[in-house]
Amino acid sequence: MQPFDLVRAPDQRTAVAEGAASHTAQQGASVRFLAGGTTLVDLMKLGVERPGRVVDINRLGLDDIHKQANGDLFIGATARNSDLAHHPLVRGSYSALSQAILAGASTQLRNAATTAGNLLQRTRCMYFRDLASACNKRAPGSGCPAIAGTNRMLAILGTSKACIATNPSDMAVAMMVYDAVVHIQGVAGDRQIPLMDFYVLPGERPDIENVLEPGDLVTHVTLSSPSTGERSTYLKLRDRASYEFALVSAAVAITLANGAIASARFALGGIGTRPWRVTEAERALVGQAPSDKVFRNAAEICLRGARPQGQNGFKIELARRCIVHAFKQITQ
Amino acid sequence: MTDLGENIVATDDPGYGRLTVTLKVNGQEREVLIDPRMTLLDCLREVLRLIGTKKGCDHGQCGACTIHINGRRVNSCLALAAAHVGDEIVTIEGLGVPGRLHPMQAAFLENDAYQCGYCTSGQIMSAVALLREPCGMSDDDVREFMSGNICRCGAYPNIVKAIQRARRALRGS
Repeated sequence: MQPFDLVRAPDQRTAVAEGAASHTAQQGASVRFLAGGTTLVDLMKLGVERPGRVVDINRLGLDDIHKQANGDLFIGATARNSDLAHHPLVRGSYSALSQAILAGASTQLRNAATTAGNLLQRTRCMYFRDLASACNKRAPGSGCPAIAGTNRMLAILGTSKACIATNPSDMAVAMMVYDAVVHIQGVAGDRQIPLMDFYVLPGERPDIENVLEPGDLVTHVTLSSPSTGERSTYLKLRDRASYEFALVSAAVAITLANGAIASARFALGGIGTRPWRVTEAERALVGQAPSDKVFRNAAEICLRGARPQGQNGFKIELARRCIVHAFKQITQ
Repeated sequence: MTDLGENIVATDDPGYGRLTVTLKVNGQEREVLIDPRMTLLDCLREVLRLIGTKKGCDHGQCGACTIHINGRRVNSCLALAAAHVGDEIVTIEGLGVPGRLHPMQAAFLENDAYQCGYCTSGQIMSAVALLREPCGMSDDDVREFMSGNICRCGAYPNIVKAIQRARRALRGS
């Protein structure tokens, strides 16, 4: 591991000032915030992350989870994934989120991993993690061996000629369907970014993964309050029954009225370069009576533009079935 | 920028960036001089000579390094030691000793819940934490909650058996 200075931020303002000293908040940042460390320390050992300064943000008191006066759920940036998954408000009103978190990683990792850290976790693409390989995300311009290589686990949506790395998060997929908003304290003040707009597609610059700028500190995430009678679930399909990343996953939420779909939201994991939600596909469900055909039609819209690689073409049909099955679970 | 707090002071040796920190391990305050890069796992094993905690994958994938921080199980290989000043750290050595074993340690012995033994301390640290977690009573629930601890020898059936027997015994007592 490359040497670094380790400092503990006494307050948010100092953390922001520390972070602002980096030339980027993306790949290659010279200053990194340390929360749970489950991604950062791992990647620092591999040499993928090489910050010269690590700023511990664990004592900033950013770990609260509560219902705000406006009904939204407040989730602190350093709330542990385990605490979030088991929180009574989450288990009660945001089932898909609780299930998604518990379907990811292991208890040990969830006890350390945090809200913001999970949102910012990096791809598990093996070429990204291996310094002996080219990788446009890790070393821009070096090439992408995954496109003609081992890509069974990689993305079919949001890809580019430069990168097909999958976003590995389960939590972020579920947060998408609850209209999550990411709250950021930055050099120029506070701002809020809907999670739908937080991640950027790889395009020519897969090293840039989100909208964060140097100094930006994610302070918390808010989720909108669920509609009355809404049901939601998270279905994750994977090679092992536990402790494995998704081949395909779906977070789905629905409300029914008089036998018809009154509202529906869904997002997919395991198949996109970011968590994948297409609102047009959701609108196609409204007013319809729940049926395999209706759900499959929405799946087709959501998967429009899917581009399979050599080994992951199976994900298209798997994704269709995942969406249909998840919706059936909460409508039958 | 501040230093790391009262207990953490950077030395004036520019070549190492070493830190003197005080860690609370198994109820005892221990002062250590360490590089900021040192993981809690390496600090426990190489500096404090508490070698019951094992290094398997060193990337948070196998669970051999599982310890408790503030009562919760984590992978010590992904924790920077210097970031855990003020935390309550418990290792397998703090759980029980020969002649005065923790009931979970005793259950692993009685149920032959290991073969080579390398993953065992991590398994036991997870199993003890599981007692305080919202884990259902079925064997499948235990398997799911223990999925972060890999056993290369495949001792899983007896690990589940040991945990279930310890849970029943502790519930009955």
